Amino acid sequence: MNIKQLAEKIGNNSWFAPGHRLCAGCNAGIIAKFVLNFAQFKGYKVITVLATGCLEVATTIFPYTSWKTAYMHNAFENAAATASGIGAALKSLKKKGLLKEDYKIVVFGGDGGTYDIGLQSLSGALERKHEFVYICYDNEAYMNTGIQRSSATPMLASTTTTPSGKVSKGKQQPRKDLIAIAAAHDVYAAQTSVSHLQDFWKKLEKAFNDQPAVLNVLSPCTRGWYFPPDQGIKIAKLAVETNYWPLYEVDHGRWILNYEPKQRKPIIEWLKTQGRFKHLLQPTQENEKLIAQLQEMVDKRFEYIKKLARATSE
Amino acid sequence: MQIKPGLPWKELPLGGVIDVPGSSVEFHTGDWRSSRPVIDLNKCTGCMLCWLNCPDNAIKIKNGKVEIDYDHCKGCGLCASVCPVKAISMRREALEEEERHGSKHKP
Repeated sequence: MNIKQLAEKIGNNSWFAPGHRLCAGCNAGIIAKFVLNFAQFKGYKVITVLATGCLEVATTIFPYTSWKTAYMHNAFENAAATASGIGAALKSLKKKGLLKEDYKIVVFGGDGGTYDIGLQSLSGALERKHEFVYICYDNEAYMNTGIQRSSATPMLASTTTTPSGKVSKGKQQPRKDLIAIAAAHDVYAAQTSVSHLQDFWKKLEKAFNDQPAVLNVLSPCTRGWYFPPDQGIKIAKLAVETNYWPLYEVDHGRWILNYEPKQRKPIIEWLKTQGRFKHLLQPTQENEKLIAQLQEMVDKRFEYIKKLARATSE
Repeated sequence: MQIKPGLPWKELPLGGVIDVPGSSVEFHTGDWRSSRPVIDLNKCTGCMLCWLNCPDNAIKIKNGKVEIDYDHCKGCGLCASVCPVKAISMRREALEEEERHGSKHKP
């Protein structure tokens, strides 16, 4: 991606209009804008399908819409199913000669609409090999309804349904691995971060040429993670630098690690930036043990991806 | 058709369809802001990183340089945090107001 070329081509006519009501400093807005900019740059015609979530409710408040693409509203659980239906309808119209142009279908879902509630429809659509690009902006909890835990919430994070206190230290279970689940359908699946837009661009290129595809993008949430609104990109970057959020892709069973930091930063550096891990920062023995446990988990996961990448490199 | 708030319900389009793409541009989110980004164009190199990273699309391009659309900028400060040459500084709106009117801003 050449940013200047992109800026020259898109200019002030982005397909994602300002005036939406996402929180100040919300990274989901950057992701939506970036994906649409990509499609616009490549000259694709796009139909956007949104699962209910922050992005959906904030960009389509009646009587306004922030989308300049064809747009379809969905419930939490059926975004991928709707995308399949649109794909089938386009195919049928083409067969009858009523439609000449090619359309690309882009689905946006949050982690609630992807990891938990919409997983069945996503799995079904991936299995049927309907053509669409699924973008999951992962803010690691149900931010839209008030920061409840989701299966993407990391271990030990405090949310409103797993509050930290005397009895509990936040969520007790580790997070779900969406990319491995998507990759099990023999499709293109990749994980990227809002802080690494060059990497994101490359993955979008692959995803649009190899549909169906699933992209999981880390999207720090200023309200749910408790950090000042200008820190989002830095925190996403730190998540990559600490190996908490490895950038990798699975191309039809072939695992590729895209980025390995020269010197891995300790996970505590990342925890320190967010209020949802505040309860881990008091220097007690228990906390040190928990952080060591978390660090071990992160390192193990990274080693696991590296091993898979080596094993499938042929 | 353009749907304005306060339109009687009988005149709304069937199904509440919004047929003006990107109509949210008429909703001004600029009044959410508590600090405003100010660009020092002498320092700006035109790298467009702020344009790329603005979640509100509130950074506009004019003659190869960037310009802030204060009607929509929510003042999150992401542009200042990604600027590699620190050309963008965040200033408190209240202070700006005070300077403009020469009087103490009432909270």
